[in-house]
Amino acid sequence: MWIYEKALEHPVRVSRPNVKAAKMIITQYGGPDGELGASLRYLNQRYSMPTNEAKALLTDIGTEELAHMEMIAALVYKLTDGASCKEFKEAGWEGQYVQHDHGLFWTDANGVPWSAKYIACLGDPIADLTENMAAEQKARVTYEHLITCIDDPCVKDTLRFLWQREVVHFQRFGETLNTVQEWMCKSKHIWNGHKCDCDKKD
Amino acid sequence: MDRNKQMAMLERLLEIQFVAIELNLYLDTHPCDQDALNDYNCAVEVLMKLRAEYEECFGPLFHFGWSPVNGREWQWAEGPWPWEM
Repeated sequence: MWIYEKALEHPVRVSRPNVKAAKMIITQYGGPDGELGASLRYLNQRYSMPTNEAKALLTDIGTEELAHMEMIAALVYKLTDGASCKEFKEAGWEGQYVQHDHGLFWTDANGVPWSAKYIACLGDPIADLTENMAAEQKARVTYEHLITCIDDPCVKDTLRFLWQREVVHFQRFGETLNTVQEWMCKSKHIWNGHKCDCDKKD
Repeated sequence: MDRNKQMAMLERLLEIQFVAIELNLYLDTHPCDQDALNDYNCAVEVLMKLRAEYEECFGPLFHFGWSPVNGREWQWAEGPWPWEM
């Protein structure tokens, strides 16, 4: 069960509409390292985690990522608010206007639609937690690229907030990876599928 | 409705909520840290007070039974929505 809170996690402001900035930022909505993929990746991995700590952390970070997706949506909404077809054309984003008008859609900065291929779930906690740490780093770098490309100080403020959350999430996933590895050592939960039948005879 | 007052109250609430979010994630991986547990409980106490004050002035923050209805109207469906503020 999820409960909606009628507020963004952190206020989102823009100095003025800027379609070009929206066209770049949309990648954190529906791109390979965006917030939709992040939230679905973590929430989906919970079912194969061996420890309660890992289940709790994936639930909590997955939920926070949903709130980040809403912040990115608010940013794109405000940056395109009232923009004309001409402004979309000038920003090189007329394809967005033609297909979606002022509606939002999950794509990356090049218009490639979101895909479940961006998400991994191997059912192995070490592989999955390591995947998540890489995902947080890729999202961090993407935010750094956006902060470099965008001039609006209000937009930068929102991007910086989201950027620092990636750093914190990476830290927490690393701690959980350590705990899960300790648990696997203690419970002697070691994969031995590499042993073939002929080994058993010895 | 005073939008400036609404944003000021909301931002104060969001600051404390952020403290709770951050401590929540920290406690997931440090469940025995007594100082962090105390800090979390302090944040929850302040947050509940700020939420009640905000909802009194500007309507429910939550749906599905998590916020009371104040007054005679269903305020949940009223704007502005978060992305419009």
